[in-house]
Amino acid sequence: MASKKRKPRKTTPRRARYWLDDPRNVDRLVYGLYAVCAVLIVLDFFMERHSPFAIEHLFGFYGIFGFVACVGLVLAAKELRKAIMRPEKYYDR
Amino acid sequence: MIGEISPGLILIVGALFVPLFKGQIRSAFLLLLPILAFLHLLGLPHGELGQIQFLGLDLVTLRVDKLSLLFGYIFLIAVFLGVIYALHVNDTIQHVAALIYAGSAIGAVFAGDLMTLFVYWEGTTIASVFLIWASRTEKAYAAGLRYLVVQVFSGVLLLAGALLMQRETGSIAFGSMRLESAATWLIFIAFGFKCAFPLLHNWLQDSYPEATVTGTVMLSAFTTKLAVYALARGFAGTELLIPIGTVMTAFPIFYAVIENDLRRVLSYSLNNQLGFMVVGIGIGTELAINGAAAHAFCHIIYKALLFMSMGAVLYRVGTVKGSELGGLYKSMPWTASFCVVGAASISAFPLFSGFISKSLIMSAAMDGGYFWTWVVLLFASAGVFHHSGIKIPYFAFFGHDSGKRCAEALPNMLIAMAIAAALCIGLGVYPKPLYDILPYAVDYVPYTFEHVVTQLQLLIFSALAFAVLMRTGLYPPELRSTNLDSDWLYRRAGYSAATALGRFSAALWQSFTQSAASATSRLLAGLRDHHGLDSALARAWPTGNMALWMTVMLAAYLMLSIF
Repeated sequence: MASKKRKPRKTTPRRARYWLDDPRNVDRLVYGLYAVCAVLIVLDFFMERHSPFAIEHLFGFYGIFGFVACVGLVLAAKELRKAIMRPEKYYDR
Repeated sequence: MIGEISPGLILIVGALFVPLFKGQIRSAFLLLLPILAFLHLLGLPHGELGQIQFLGLDLVTLRVDKLSLLFGYIFLIAVFLGVIYALHVNDTIQHVAALIYAGSAIGAVFAGDLMTLFVYWEGTTIASVFLIWASRTEKAYAAGLRYLVVQVFSGVLLLAGALLMQRETGSIAFGSMRLESAATWLIFIAFGFKCAFPLLHNWLQDSYPEATVTGTVMLSAFTTKLAVYALARGFAGTELLIPIGTVMTAFPIFYAVIENDLRRVLSYSLNNQLGFMVVGIGIGTELAINGAAAHAFCHIIYKALLFMSMGAVLYRVGTVKGSELGGLYKSMPWTASFCVVGAASISAFPLFSGFISKSLIMSAAMDGGYFWTWVVLLFASAGVFHHSGIKIPYFAFFGHDSGKRCAEALPNMLIAMAIAAALCIGLGVYPKPLYDILPYAVDYVPYTFEHVVTQLQLLIFSALAFAVLMRTGLYPPELRSTNLDSDWLYRRAGYSAATALGRFSAALWQSFTQSAASATSRLLAGLRDHHGLDSALARAWPTGNMALWMTVMLAAYLMLSIF
């Protein structure tokens, strides 16, 4: 994700355009991500598995687990906010 | 004897001379100290050195073996990086405190007995709090006090445990312990506080984000990893550590996802990383202990790097709140790149340092058949990537452009970050030097086809989850907020209870003094009634009265003698 641009520092004019400023390029990045995901899933066919845990031998286990875990994590944390979120100055009496 | 002084003492004594120098000479002196200590360390023979008798106790002030050496090396690397990062700071107190703090941590690592450990343990506490107070804000002052209370309490527990141990066994040697006496439990809990066990953890997230830009970098390296070392030394193979560590890896990441202060996000993820090490120590096999030690080594570097990058943002922009930042890669491209290296390392991307160390722990959990532990660790691994690997760089440097423009970080900051980033990549690409200095011989190949692909699947699909949540708008926005954690117990509930108790005891005291005052005045009034002027007892009695009463008594006596 790191930008390779070497534009002037400090007094960058507001108009300066960076590669990531173009929404189409952001789309391209995301499509690239989809492609990498697809390749990684295909690699699953060529993998010998040694794990002692049966669940790990399911097709695409790590990918599915990573996706579900992260979506679950974020949605759960969002719910957690309802219980524990307070105004920023909560402790400043 | 001079060859048997602890390398930590070089930093501590050296720190006392720092105020004498100014400008470039001071910079050179600051850089020289960790180098000197490192050279001294390289020359030390293995064994129990620096033995002295003190108050009838046998102290081993310098125990050199593979485990203590490993932590000695990494602590000195961390001091060196921290010193470079802080070279621009003019505040002498911070330099002195940082060096004494680091020196104490190193001294503690080489302590061969519990008394020496205790002395250095408290040294880290007292010196480090000045790095928090050096922010010189009211918030930092209060957080520092809370930090101090918890840390000193941990030290008191350690001392009590050591004294009990001395009475029970006659020895205060710091070796492998079992949780079977009050003494070892006290020591275990003392370590637990410093290691931020669940519910004992919140001093960390409370205080680290309040310390100075450079102070947090130092803090992130020593206190908790000293505790990891102490656990590895004292409680390797203690089964209880497995559930404790497992919980530690999981619960902080939920907080990390919704926390707004990015240095606090890093503090939560620091807590989560400690969990991996604690699990490794709990499993206790050679592979697992190697994993815990290696992970501590790599973690210190990438965590310092991440705190450095956020520190640079705080230094330039004046805030590290996710809700205020974004698009900073335009102003700070180098800092952003180094941050991404740190993020990739903590996420355990192949070719970065976290990969070659965390794998050892994951494999140890797998080999031991700890299925649920392994599942939670896997979940935590995906979570780490999510909040440290993506969230930190995304909200600070990319994402929505905040319109904030600033200068790149200072040159000394960039140099420190560059060295740390180089180490992260170097260790990831070529782990052999690290594997060679681990406590046990390593027979492990991290780069297998299966391992690399499965890890990439886990991470890239986590990234996919982030992208999907972002583009569907399901991702919770960064909000200015305070999230309640266990510190609520003493900052709010405890505070309310204490003030209520105060009000209650004040009321009790008031009613006591009031009733005492009214009782006294009633007593005085009664005395006046009976003994005052013209009262019954003060009246002059006629002699006739006397004769009458004598007659009555004589009559009574007569009656009694008749019956």
